[in-house]
Amino acid sequence: MERRRETATASTLVLDVPGWPGHQPGQHLDVRLTADDGYQAARSYSLAAPADGDRVEITVQRVPDGEVSSYLADATQSDDAVEVRGPVGGWFVWNPQGDSRPVLLVAGGSGVVPLMAMIRSRDGARPAPPFRLIYSVRSPDDRIYDQELRRRATEDGDLDVTFIYTRTAPGGEARPVGRISADDLSMYGFPVVEEPIVYVCGPTGFVERVSDLLIDLGHDPAKIKTERFGPSGP
Amino acid sequence: MEGPADVLEVVVMSIVSRGFRGRRRDSNQRLPPGQYLTDDFPVLSAGPTPRISLDDWEFTVVTELGQSHRWSWKELTGLSAESVTADIHCVTRWSKLDTAWRGVSIDTLLADVETAADFALIHSYGGYSTNLPLEDLLDGKAWVAYEYNGQELAPEHGGPARLLVPHLYFWKSAKWVRGIELMPQDFPGFWEQLGYHDYGDPWREQRYQGD
Repeated sequence: MERRRETATASTLVLDVPGWPGHQPGQHLDVRLTADDGYQAARSYSLAAPADGDRVEITVQRVPDGEVSSYLADATQSDDAVEVRGPVGGWFVWNPQGDSRPVLLVAGGSGVVPLMAMIRSRDGARPAPPFRLIYSVRSPDDRIYDQELRRRATEDGDLDVTFIYTRTAPGGEARPVGRISADDLSMYGFPVVEEPIVYVCGPTGFVERVSDLLIDLGHDPAKIKTERFGPSGP
Repeated sequence: MEGPADVLEVVVMSIVSRGFRGRRRDSNQRLPPGQYLTDDFPVLSAGPTPRISLDDWEFTVVTELGQSHRWSWKELTGLSAESVTADIHCVTRWSKLDTAWRGVSIDTLLADVETAADFALIHSYGGYSTNLPLEDLLDGKAWVAYEYNGQELAPEHGGPARLLVPHLYFWKSAKWVRGIELMPQDFPGFWEQLGYHDYGDPWREQRYQGD
């Protein structure tokens, strides 16, 4: 396995999985760790990219006190092995071959990971429908895949990427810092009449807020797919 | 969308992860295999939280012969309710112990329903569904719950009412429940069509098809 540091707290792991059957962008896999005395712990992680033969990528956000994420993000070395199982999940997926509708992706924090798999799958889709990613982060340092997203948005005329900063914005950013709003979703998303399929992934509060705003704007709830993580808040 | 056979393949290498020790505070006899304890109440849903007005809400039981039994919100909450304390186990591996609910037993709702069905398909507002054998809904094993921790059930947790079937993985405890379809044959629900296990017993770790 290889590790690539993405931010101070997120790392991408590239795993060689002999016999990997392939997967759809948006699916996840289960990682199970076994201690030398047989103790086990397992968690699910979103696949971050299309499979490259037997090579698959996950991006792991280290969570406080996370027994699996801290091991994966920090402790592993390139010849270490973990047990994996998957792919898992068949709902929060985009089909690069069969779907020509515009795609709106809305990410909160590390919720960008399965959405990045969809963006990276555009390379294999002909013709790729227009994609817009609205990516909410606390500060510029929290942007995962920052350089690749910018490069892809520059090279690919049908991919727009907008960062929403909730706490600290880079110099020159015109939008004031703050939570994602209906205006953000109107301005940087697709008009309702274009009937985009929408994928929203992030912490629970973020997903609740974004899906409520989208429905208020007139988007069809049946076209909004969500994936949430983390506690429900206080 | 691909079928379950395409979605779920299993790749396993059985190995020790060097240097991994783990947290080990979860050695609790009430914790099924592969689960960890949480004090939070994580939320997992496939789509937006549906908005349901209590004036329009209704709960419907339809038998295999097409006979319908309906309850309005007022009628449902007027039935005798039970307080339930239960451990809940999500297929995404979190478990939460001693959760406190209040709701109406499915036994109460089915008391006057004539049926020879063996299976039930649960339907929810928002389009979700899940299937289970009818016997798993009976004999004090399942409720339509509308209170959590003494408060009305929050929408993101399935309010105004959700099914509560704590002995199975929690995706069977359908949020925003609106009815039960009784059927002579088993029919897979939402996640069951997407590669998850048909029955979902956490103690046998029936997460995915083939487990």
